[in-house]
Amino acid sequence: MSSAFVQMLQAILLLLLAPLAAGFVSTCKARLQNRRGASVLQPWRNLRKLFGKEVVMAEHASWIFRTAPYVVFTATVMAASVVPALLVDTPLSLTADVIALVALLALARFFLALAGMDIGTAFGGMGVSREMTFSALAEPAMLMSIFVLSLGAHSTNLTTMINHTLNSPFALHPSLAFAFVAMLMIAVAENGRIPIDNPGTHLELTMIHEAMILEYSGRHLALMEWAAMVKLMLFATLITDLFMPWGMTLEASPAGVSLALALWIVKLAGLLLALAVIETGLAKLRLFEVPEYLSGAFVIAFLGLLSYYMLEVGA
Amino acid sequence: MSLSLTLALSACAAVFAAVFSSVLQGAWQRSLLCLLLAITGLLAIAAGITGLTDGGGAILLPMGLPWLPMHANMDALASFFFLVIGSLLLPVAIYSQGYLRGEERLTPLAVFMPLFVLGMLGVVIADDAFTFMLFWELMSVSSYFLVTFKHENLENRKAGFIYLLMAHMAGLLILGSFAVLYAASGSFEFSAMREAAISPFWASVAFLLAGFGFGTKAGVVPLHGWLPEAHPVAPSNVSALMSGIMLKVAIFGFIRVVWDLMGPGDFQWWWGALVLAAGSSSAIIGVLLALQQHDLKRLLAYHSIENIGIILIGLGLSLLLAHFGHLTLAALGLIAALYHTINHALFKGLLFMGAGAVLHSTGTRDMESMGGLIHRMPWTAGLFLVACLSISALPPFNGFVSEWLTFQTALMAPQLGGALLTAIVPFSAAMLALAGALAATCFVKVFGVVFLGHARSQLASDAHEVDNWMKAGMAVPAVLCLLLGLLPVMFIPLMDSVPQLLLHTSLAGSVHEQGWLWLTPVDVTHSSYSAPIILIGMLVLGGLAFWLLHPKGTSIRRSVMWSCGNPHTHARMQYNATSFSQPLRRIFAGIYRPEEHAHIERNRHKLLTDKVTYVVHVGDMAVKYIYQPIGKFTLFTSKLLQHEHERGIHAYLAYTFFTIVFLLAVFI
Repeated sequence: MSSAFVQMLQAILLLLLAPLAAGFVSTCKARLQNRRGASVLQPWRNLRKLFGKEVVMAEHASWIFRTAPYVVFTATVMAASVVPALLVDTPLSLTADVIALVALLALARFFLALAGMDIGTAFGGMGVSREMTFSALAEPAMLMSIFVLSLGAHSTNLTTMINHTLNSPFALHPSLAFAFVAMLMIAVAENGRIPIDNPGTHLELTMIHEAMILEYSGRHLALMEWAAMVKLMLFATLITDLFMPWGMTLEASPAGVSLALALWIVKLAGLLLALAVIETGLAKLRLFEVPEYLSGAFVIAFLGLLSYYMLEVGA
Repeated sequence: MSLSLTLALSACAAVFAAVFSSVLQGAWQRSLLCLLLAITGLLAIAAGITGLTDGGGAILLPMGLPWLPMHANMDALASFFFLVIGSLLLPVAIYSQGYLRGEERLTPLAVFMPLFVLGMLGVVIADDAFTFMLFWELMSVSSYFLVTFKHENLENRKAGFIYLLMAHMAGLLILGSFAVLYAASGSFEFSAMREAAISPFWASVAFLLAGFGFGTKAGVVPLHGWLPEAHPVAPSNVSALMSGIMLKVAIFGFIRVVWDLMGPGDFQWWWGALVLAAGSSSAIIGVLLALQQHDLKRLLAYHSIENIGIILIGLGLSLLLAHFGHLTLAALGLIAALYHTINHALFKGLLFMGAGAVLHSTGTRDMESMGGLIHRMPWTAGLFLVACLSISALPPFNGFVSEWLTFQTALMAPQLGGALLTAIVPFSAAMLALAGALAATCFVKVFGVVFLGHARSQLASDAHEVDNWMKAGMAVPAVLCLLLGLLPVMFIPLMDSVPQLLLHTSLAGSVHEQGWLWLTPVDVTHSSYSAPIILIGMLVLGGLAFWLLHPKGTSIRRSVMWSCGNPHTHARMQYNATSFSQPLRRIFAGIYRPEEHAHIERNRHKLLTDKVTYVVHVGDMAVKYIYQPIGKFTLFTSKLLQHEHERGIHAYLAYTFFTIVFLLAVFI
């Protein structure tokens, strides 16, 4: 197996597993709420249905509205394929480091937001205004938590960062604990899950992400939904990469890759189950408590940074 | 005389020749002015590139004062800024050919635009303090006349007055800085100032004077009060030059004085910390205030403050790292700052030209009466979008490259001094991240409100596309934005002679050790970024998705937008610039202190609303708490002295006599 093959395999797996992961979360939530819920495959079926449907667009939608689904989808998939999932040293991981990865997601969000403004409905503008505001507040917290990790590894390349974690003896670093908590909080916010946004609601008072894609239909909507699912997978994989990369393979051998694949799925399932538990246990925050949540995440990440400098750098 | 110096001096000559276009009339005047400005731009680009690759040279010009002839020196730093000036001047000249059509009173522009450009070129090439200040004042004064071009409006005259006042305060401080350096070296020549040793105390004095002087001119918070007043009222092609280049000339002056005339040996740790703090606060305050504007050009002016802040973050990191002896990283910080300098010149120039196109076509700067312009001005919209993506630091455009380099500098900074000082560095990087994300928010608002949605007024629905000259003028920086974003590995070695000159360190080896495709600031295990691969990957993936999903031979069905079943929709139901930024106004209420007035009229019954009015005003804190108190104090003290002015001639003679006696007593 060449590393390019594993790169392809991993990108395709990420794409194909993303709807399953979304389905897994909603099934877990249903069970936790004592419901049977839909099958794990339901998001797949939804996508297939949407791909087969006709597109209906508002009369004065511009080319921005038509191209946005493709830009959002490709930028998200591009970002996802940069994140190593199975093999530590993938060919594509050199093309973008963590900062460029965050910027690719920002590019996707920029076009998503423009598409939301294009039709000129109050819903679209409302969703865009909220999404851009909260994501701007989430950005420093996210980068700060990444900085804590990259300071230890002296690098922002994911491959080098994973290698650093794999090669250093296991120890409980307080800075990593802070960074982990901050990263989890940001991942929940960035993916529009409870307690920040509820992906299952269309209630105008609370809606953020859904408000932006309200005008989409058919294959365009499918691409937008799929991109959101890939983003959830991306964040889950990023968290496993940065904080618990154990089991990832250093060389592209069939045995190593299959072990890494099995462990990756187990780790993802664990994280997604935790997400389902959080979503079931918490209520959605009021809109103007979200900034407090996000600045809380920033402060936690900054504490991680300070504890890195004070406790760990000399030791 | 070297080639680059010849080209640079001929650029100055060409722009001086452009002043004489004022003797012509009408279309001839406009064409000659734009042609000569374009030639100046081309010559400046050529001078910059040859100066960066082959090295420049110094010359003694046969003019100036008898005992102090003018010194000109085309070193690497001057060459780089020639390149910056030229690469925006050329497109602005092309754009002006279309923009100034139909302008009746061209002569003031024909006189002062060339003089303004001459001032900037002269500052950059100057090699002694006298020449520097002479051209600096030429730049400030001629741009005053450009700001007050439409002097029939009271607003413009007021803005011009504040601008002139602040420019001269800045000039005075810079003069003070040169005076300190003169005292240490005994000469006005820069070469003598470089050689002279200066005590740490006087070095700090010179640094502070230069910092506040150039900082005022560059619009650093809280000295920025003049900038959002002056930039919007100038004609848009002049706004592009002022925001795109003139602020950069102030950055140039700061680098010239601190890095070149003093040098890394004189740096102190708190210089870097101060510049970093000024940069972070400018970036955040600039973008936060920009978010609350609904005047398009005023919003862009606030973004200039933000971008100057980003440049200063790079410079501050460079100062701090050079003080602690990490010269390679200091060079990286300097490169990041310079890269952002040329990037900002290009995309801000493009944004102001785009705003000028919108203003030209709709006749208003108020975003609340725009909307849906993408249908009527497709070219302008597309080119403006490129600038929006670039300024929001999104890959694969150029803004991302320079911000990425700044992040890399901050992250690779090793342990410096104490833990607090070390923690400032990543903290400023986090502030940069916040500023970048808020900038993206702001440009979603700009593009969304101006170009997308429905027209909010008759002015917007009657808009038309601009002519080919203006389109071409905007296309040039848009292409350059993409090229600088895609090929930083080719451009950074060109800039590399600047850190070689100032810090005696080169980055050229490490930047492209992996070939032209990969940008690796230090080495490949630290960090790498490849914009071409990202772009190609996205094009392939996106093309594949489109090809697979798009049904051939069918057109998309169009229908009415979804309005919750209510058939009566109105363009004013859309989110506008004020409502878009409402969440931020609430979150950052402590910084904004918004004055909000909501009034609900209920004439018929207490439950039936007839009319709702909502007025919000977000003022600039710096103006309210610094400028206005100083202004009031000045008025108060001048009132106290007022009656002294009302005396007869003998009193004035007495003042003169006592002053002379006093001066004689003190100085002899």
